[in-house]
Amino acid sequence: MLTLRFSHTAKNRLSGKKDKAIIGVVASGNLEVLLERVLPGAECEVDIATPVRGYDETWKAVVAEFVERSSPGGLRISINDGGARPDMVYLRLMQGCALMEAE
Amino acid sequence: MADWRSEGRARDDRLDAGRKFAEGKMVAHDKTTALLEAVIRPGDRICLEGDNQKQADFLASCLVKANPKVLHDLHVVQSGIVLPEHIDLFEKGIAKKLDYSYSGPQGAALARALNAGKIELGAIHTYIELFGRYFIDLTPHVALTVARSADREGNLYMGPNTEDSPTIIEATAFKEGIVVAQVNEIVDKLPRVDIPGDRVDFVIASPKPFYVEPLFTRDPASITEIQILAAMMAIKGIYAEYGIRRLNHGIGYNTAAIELLLPTYADKLGLKGKIATHWALNPHPTLIPAIESGWVKQIHSFGSEVGMDAYMSARSDIYFTGRDGSMSSNRMYCQVAGLYATDLFIGSTLQIDLNGNSSTVTQDRVAGFGGAPNMGSDAHGRRHPSEPWLKAGCEAGDGHPQLVRGRKLVVQLVESFSEKMVPVFVEKLDSLDLAEKFKLQLAPVMIYGDDVTHIISEEGIANLLLCRTAEEREQAIRGIAGFTDVGRGRDRKMVEKLRERKIIRRPEDLGINPLDAHRSMLAARSIKDLMHWSGNLYDPPNKFRNW
Repeated sequence: MLTLRFSHTAKNRLSGKKDKAIIGVVASGNLEVLLERVLPGAECEVDIATPVRGYDETWKAVVAEFVERSSPGGLRISINDGGARPDMVYLRLMQGCALMEAE
Repeated sequence: MADWRSEGRARDDRLDAGRKFAEGKMVAHDKTTALLEAVIRPGDRICLEGDNQKQADFLASCLVKANPKVLHDLHVVQSGIVLPEHIDLFEKGIAKKLDYSYSGPQGAALARALNAGKIELGAIHTYIELFGRYFIDLTPHVALTVARSADREGNLYMGPNTEDSPTIIEATAFKEGIVVAQVNEIVDKLPRVDIPGDRVDFVIASPKPFYVEPLFTRDPASITEIQILAAMMAIKGIYAEYGIRRLNHGIGYNTAAIELLLPTYADKLGLKGKIATHWALNPHPTLIPAIESGWVKQIHSFGSEVGMDAYMSARSDIYFTGRDGSMSSNRMYCQVAGLYATDLFIGSTLQIDLNGNSSTVTQDRVAGFGGAPNMGSDAHGRRHPSEPWLKAGCEAGDGHPQLVRGRKLVVQLVESFSEKMVPVFVEKLDSLDLAEKFKLQLAPVMIYGDDVTHIISEEGIANLLLCRTAEEREQAIRGIAGFTDVGRGRDRKMVEKLRERKIIRRPEDLGINPLDAHRSMLAARSIKDLMHWSGNLYDPPNKFRNW
């Protein structure tokens, strides 16, 4: 298992009041994402555990794109990957934010 | 003295040679190879159907057994290279030259045979292009066709899989050619006559019913959330936006997802009756829930689909059915309908380049096109207006300002990566390397970029109509190419500008909630669900029954 960590400062703090959300399942081509509103200000941390090696640059690009577009300030995000494609990872991250923002 | 009847006399000779193996028009199945050796001559153009779905498989197995010393140098002119026997004809030296349209299941074998120099390739056609050539310069000398049943006079009943046969037989029979039919059974009275017997010379009751490929069945269980997300964008960003009523869908999980979202997601958007009412479409089982929910007014089909017969008979308001109650298809008519009478084509592809050219050819597969290039092209002969067509034409803004003409919407619906992380967006199509390798005069391009109006990926919609320069077009494509190298090579500032101009639209721009990209949004989530929707009239083939 390979672990990666990316730290960013987002443009804004993510709206909504939920402390925690979880979405997805760890399965082949899928992933589980845990989002926790535990960081100060617009800080954002993404921890990834993946069985697939050699895609560090892709993960970096996916996380950077996500932070840029969704502005997930205040979140610590933990990804438990089952070998998902980057498009799937991105969708799960968007879904996670939508859950955190939901009333 | 001019001789104006040489073809007629040649036909008489062939008929005389063939009659030695026949009683009337009937030929015993064990004499089929001998019959074919008698009526076919070296160098002949032959059509061994060879459709997209139904196969004259018994005739194919008999032709492969012919002696290559007797039958050689045949020129195969047929739309589908589908059976292993179609390739064997070339491996054994019976056939030499090939003109075709589609080779889905044999795409890899065809590439190997080309590589080994066993096949001299004429061209890869679209369906109606090849059909057109049957009447100009590729008229078959012998057509080997396939029907469900025949009577003693040689009248044929094709059933729902009428497909290419009427076109092939018309071209062959009226140009002094020979028509041989394999049928499942000989009966006294046919349910309906699809081909009049005076166009059919020999009939063989085959030992086994002919093979039909269930080509248009997509199991809803395999549809992913990414595909649902892209399908929602297609519905909201294109179908609703342009008011698409008349359309064609390609084969694939992406378009199956759209079909299964009509009674759910599109219904929530209040689109019932406003979109997707009139179709040129094979009988996709995944459209059953939309039909049952009253979305669909009518469907004309290129071919049929295994297991759909009873359902289509019971829904004659929707499908084209004969007086006997069974559905009738016709590839020529439906291709023309799709070309001229629909406002949108949406389909998938394996590769798209920076100009929007797309291809299903890869390094080791020559799959052909089928109908996609016709469905997926702007018919410059079209003269009737419709709202979506005019709206697209106005957006294109490439004509004279006083003389606005419409544009067909041609949409490529893809995921940025296909199986095994192979990128769909590429700098250069594999097809170009293949053309070089096989010395083809023309690289096989499925849909040319100048015909494509929109590309949808999970990342967003690129509206190519609104692009005004080649650079904008390239960035619009890069801007939805996800995390592929092409996508990561985007000019971010320019992409943001394109987004402001609505040339690029992301799910969030369209007000799509990513949480709706969930399988519970599909009207049916399994083949069994489709059966239930159909009131158990849909009878899925065994390979799709996993319960």
